[in-house]
Amino acid sequence: MSSVHLNNIVKRFGAVTAVHSTSLEIPEGAFVTLLGPSGCGKTTNLRMIAGLLDPTEGEILIGGKRVNDVPIHKRNLGLVFQNYALFPHKTVADNVAFGLKYRDVPSDDIATKVQDALELVQLPDVGDRYPKELSGGQQQRIALARAIVIEPDVLLLDEPLSALDANLREDMRVELKRIQERIGVTTVFVTHDQSEALAMSDQIVVMSDGRVEQVGAPEEVYNTPASEFVANFLGASNILAARCTRRGPEGVDIEAPTFGKLTVPAEKAPNLGSEGPAKLVIRAEKLLVSRDEAPEGVLSVPATIEAVDYQGQAVRYFVRADDTQLQAINMIDQHPFATGDAINLHLRPIDCAALPGD
Amino acid sequence: MSVEAREARQPWILLSPALTAIFLLLFVPLLFIVVYSFWLRTSTGADQVGFFLDNWREALSDAFYRDILLFTLKIATITTLVCAVMGYPAAYVIARSKGNKALLLLLLMLPFWISYIIRTMSWINILGVSGALNTALLWLGVINEPIQMLYNQTTVILGLVHFLLPFMILNVFVSLEGIDTNLEDAANSLGATRMQAFWQVTLPLSLPGLAAGGLLCFVLGAGTYITPLVLGGPGDAMFANLVFEAIITQLNWPLGSALSLMLLAVLGALVLIYNRYLGMAQLMKGLG
Repeated sequence: MSSVHLNNIVKRFGAVTAVHSTSLEIPEGAFVTLLGPSGCGKTTNLRMIAGLLDPTEGEILIGGKRVNDVPIHKRNLGLVFQNYALFPHKTVADNVAFGLKYRDVPSDDIATKVQDALELVQLPDVGDRYPKELSGGQQQRIALARAIVIEPDVLLLDEPLSALDANLREDMRVELKRIQERIGVTTVFVTHDQSEALAMSDQIVVMSDGRVEQVGAPEEVYNTPASEFVANFLGASNILAARCTRRGPEGVDIEAPTFGKLTVPAEKAPNLGSEGPAKLVIRAEKLLVSRDEAPEGVLSVPATIEAVDYQGQAVRYFVRADDTQLQAINMIDQHPFATGDAINLHLRPIDCAALPGD
Repeated sequence: MSVEAREARQPWILLSPALTAIFLLLFVPLLFIVVYSFWLRTSTGADQVGFFLDNWREALSDAFYRDILLFTLKIATITTLVCAVMGYPAAYVIARSKGNKALLLLLLMLPFWISYIIRTMSWINILGVSGALNTALLWLGVINEPIQMLYNQTTVILGLVHFLLPFMILNVFVSLEGIDTNLEDAANSLGATRMQAFWQVTLPLSLPGLAAGGLLCFVLGAGTYITPLVLGGPGDAMFANLVFEAIITQLNWPLGSALSLMLLAVLGALVLIYNRYLGMAQLMKGLG
C-alpha cells in the first residue's frame, strides 16, 4: 500500500496535449476517482501511473519513490481493465496465479493465495473453468482477484464496471468498494459515470480537457461545484447568469433573473469576489414543483410546465418562468404534474451555489 | 409456402451460382481424373478405356515415386518452417504498428500484382551466372569467375519462400490483430517482462494463425511445379513435376491422373488432420 503523487505531469501525443500540467496527491489507502467525459485525460493519467505511458514532463511518485523510469512490470500495481483482459487460454486459477509466478511465492502457497483471492471475490468454485465460460460480472471479479492477489501497492481500475449491465453494475459497485475497504489498498478508479464516482470515492478528481477542474470529497464536489463544467457534469443543474452585489460574512447577495435577490451561503460561493458578474447554480432536484404557497424563507416563482420526463420514482420537469427555462427533478408523490400546468417553483436560497461569472 | 420453408430455401438460392461453378469446374473434372486413372495407355499411344489398376500399382509400388513424394514433403516442410520464422516477426511488426498499417499491408500484397512465374524467373536475373549478384561480386573482385548459384535445392526453397511468405504473414497478422493488446499490458502489470508476456500470452494465442499459415504454405508448396521447374536442377523435381511430365510431356493421362490423385490424397489427409485439431474457421479468417 502506497501513496501516489503526480507532480506537474504533462502528456503530449505529437501536437495534441492530452494532459495539461496536473498535480495530484493520492493518500495511502484512499479510494480516489478520476471522473470526466471521454477524452478528458483521465485514462491517460491512469496509464501513466501504471507505466503504460511515459509522461512528457513531470514526476510520478509511488510510495514517495520516483517511478518515471521504473518499467511497468517492476511497479507492483494491480490493473483492472474495462474489458477484463483475462487470458483466454488459461484457466481462471492460472489467470489469478499469473502474477504470483513472477514473485518469490513458493509454489505451495500459490494455490492457497489463489483460492483466498477467489473467495474474496465470492467465486471460490470456478478455478478450473476458462474465462469464456463465465458471465461478464464473474469475469470482472476474476480480473479483480488477479489484480489483488499480488498484493499491489496501488490498485488501478480503468472503467471496470462500464461493460456490465445496469443492475449488475450497481451490485459490483458495492462489492468492489467492500473488497477495497477490506484490503485497504490505495485505489485509483477511472470512470465517466458520476453516480459510480459519488458512491464509491473518498475523493473525486473531476477532469475536463486534460485539466483538473476540482478535487474534493463526493459531497463537496456535488454541492459546491468549482466550475460550470463540474456543476453540469455531476447531476443536472440550472445555471443562470447573475450579479453579485455584496459579500458579507454569512452570505453572498446575488441578483438573478426570475428569482430576484437572494443570499447564497458564503461556503457555497468560495471563489466569488465581492461584486461583479456571477452564475447562480441551482441543482435540478432542489427546485420543487408545487401548487402550494411557499413556506417562510423559501422563494416562490410562478411557472408553467413545458415538458414532463417520467422516470418512475422521480420525474423531470422542464418548466418556464418568465423567459427562463429550468429543469426540476422531483420525487413523485402521487401523480406527476402535466404539461401546461401552472405551478410554483420553490427554492431555498441555502441550496444554491454561486460561481464567478464571465 | 410457409415462412420457415422460404427461409430454409434462401441460403441455397444464394449459394447456387457458386455451387454450380464448383460442381461443373471442380467436381466434374475431378471425376474425369478419377475415371482416367483407371484407363490404360497402350504402347501405341492410344488410351484403352476400362478398369485397370496398372497405373495405381505403378504409382504406389515404384520407389521412384515414393522418394519424390518424400522429397516434396521435405521441401514443403523446410519452406514452411522458414516462412514461419521469417513471417512471424514481420506479422508482429505490422499488427503492432500504429499509423502505417494500411501501407505495410499494401506493400505485403504488392507482389501479388506480378505474375508468380515472373516473380520466380526474376531470381535468374539475380542469381544467374550473368546475374546481378555474380556481376557485383566479380566487379568487387571477391570472385574471379561466376559461381553457379542457381538450379539446386536451396534455390527451390528460396523461390518457394518468396512465393509463400505473404500467405504466412497474412495469417499470423490476422490472428495477432485479434488479440486484445490489453492482455499484454495486463501481463506486464502482473510482473511479466515484455518477452515473458510474449511467450506466455501473445504467442500461444497466435498459434492458430501460425498453424493456418503453415498449412497454406505447406499445401501450396507441396503442390507447386513452377518453382522447381524454373529454379531447380534435374534432381530437384517435386511431385507435381511428375504429374506435369506424365501429362504434358508423355501425354500419359491415365498415369498422370493416378499420380495427381495420390498427391491430392496426401495433402487432403493433412488438411483433415488440421481440421480435426484446429478447425477450418481460422484458415477462413486468414484468407478473408
